[in-house]
Amino acid sequence: MTSDTKPHLERIKHLLQYLGLSAAVLVVWQGLYHLGYIKPLILPPPTQVAAAFQDLVKSGAMTRHVGISVARVLEGFAIAALLGLSLGIAIGLSRTLDRLTDLAIQVIKPIPPIAWIPLAILWFGIGEKSKVYIIFLGAFFPIIINTIDGIRQTDHKFVELSRVLEVPRVKFVRRVVIPGALPAIMTGLRVGLMVAWMCVVAAELIAAGSGIGYLIMDARQLSQSDVVLVGMITIGVIGKVMDSIIRRIEKRLVDWKPSFAGH
Amino acid sequence: MGVAERNGSLVIEELHKKFHVGAGEVIALRDINLQIREGEFISIVGSSGCGKSTLLRIIAGLENGHSGTVRLGDRRVSGPGLDRGMIFQEHRLLPWLTVEENVAFALNGRTPEDKRLVREQLELVGLSGFARAHPHQLSGGMAQRVAIARALINQPKLLLLDEPFGALDALTRIQMQQEILRIWEVERTTMLLVTHDIDEAIYLGDRVVILSSRPGTVKRIVPVELPRPRDRSSYEFVQIRKEIYTEFFHEAEKPFAYAI
Ligand SMILES: Nc1ncnc2c1ncn2[C@@H]1O[C@H](COP(=O)(O)OP(=O)(O)OP(=O)(O)O)[C@@H](O)[C@H]1O
Ligand SMILES: [Mg+2]
Repeated sequence: MTSDTKPHLERIKHLLQYLGLSAAVLVVWQGLYHLGYIKPLILPPPTQVAAAFQDLVKSGAMTRHVGISVARVLEGFAIAALLGLSLGIAIGLSRTLDRLTDLAIQVIKPIPPIAWIPLAILWFGIGEKSKVYIIFLGAFFPIIINTIDGIRQTDHKFVELSRVLEVPRVKFVRRVVIPGALPAIMTGLRVGLMVAWMCVVAAELIAAGSGIGYLIMDARQLSQSDVVLVGMITIGVIGKVMDSIIRRIEKRLVDWKPSFAGH
Repeated sequence: MGVAERNGSLVIEELHKKFHVGAGEVIALRDINLQIREGEFISIVGSSGCGKSTLLRIIAGLENGHSGTVRLGDRRVSGPGLDRGMIFQEHRLLPWLTVEENVAFALNGRTPEDKRLVREQLELVGLSGFARAHPHQLSGGMAQRVAIARALINQPKLLLLDEPFGALDALTRIQMQQEILRIWEVERTTMLLVTHDIDEAIYLGDRVVILSSRPGTVKRIVPVELPRPRDRSSYEFVQIRKEIYTEFFHEAEKPFAYAI
């Protein structure tokens, strides 16, 4: 075997391992349908779902709904990231600020964003604002809490080093505290984005005239279970893509940290 | 730089330090008196827990709640300051900064001179080729050399070294000892080196300060009046080593291995 072909074969092997499980599920699912074990009305086969997907793409409905949902998420997430990061850093650096805010954060955090929907509608109406508010709430807490945690975990050894070198406070925060907290901050952003994406769908399921959640709800009322599945799978795929993007950014920002990748 | 300007002489008087541990207290240092001349190389040996790190941390200004005075030159030490450099047992390089950024981290103003200073320091410790590397790409000895460069860049009057080579293998350690000697001969900084390696203490120091343990007091000061570079197997070297061993031998009533 030459040295060229081996990594090539390796890569094919890894790709097969990566796709294997999902492919097997599809095959079994389709097979069960052909064997007559599942009724298409209850669980349509992959081929039917694919056809429904094609129709939705052709009509332009897919792009519209996905676009609207993604735009809502990005808006809510951006606000959450901005506020979560800046408040998180401020609270992480100040014990007084921590004492002032801790109780409120800890009590509001366990309330699921969906439980806010009635109030959100009351306050912001049925339009865009209420959805963005729900998304914001969902993303805000993972971001702020991970940011505070990351800052609090600043290595005491580096604190001492900075004292010995008389490092000014701003530089200490910029060069020691924030880089050290960055892995935790990135985890917060990743979890926040995931929660935001789940929240948009939840908010659209309950009150919306557009978006991927609305697509599912609308299809359910029309008993189009294939469209429901298209919606669900689309949510999953987009969530995965978002996560991959953040992971890639994280890898670039935290390139100094050799990590354990499994055996 | 003139001698008067730099003045890296260190005077420690009546130093006491105790720690509160739970309900009780530990006397870490008692009645420490030391006078170190400008440019002198002092080794401190003592068994584990006798207060060596505590002593260095007090001189560095990292501890408070002690009594007695520490004076560097004509100024009383009351907190950290750039007139003292510190090298910890672990290198404490910031993992997210490159080698050159780590060295530059010690420089707080931003001047066009910085780049040249960093380059000079890296040259001094022989790591010019690794300026862009990250700490996790360095060996233990290289990382410790970066730490030395970082500690020296502000030209401290006094360099405090807390078992800086303790984690290195025997060969690298000997190499680093020669390196630190070479740097000392160039920079003439006053050096205060804590070690548990008696050979290292004799090889490097003008005097070896022996601390007794619990409470840590200065038990003896052994002058090493041998020309450098010193031959570790010479008769005089071996005699001094024996002398120091004897101090520990009496204290613990059992023979010690080469490192304590
Ligand atoms: N922050 C602290 N709180 C309480 N006790 C402490 C503290 N730091 C040190 N001590 C105690 O003071 C004594 C001296 O500690 P120190 O770290 O100075 O020893 P050392 O000589 O450097 O030991 P080693 O050679 O193992 O590094 C020890 O008994 C230790 O338990
Ligand atoms: Mg120690």
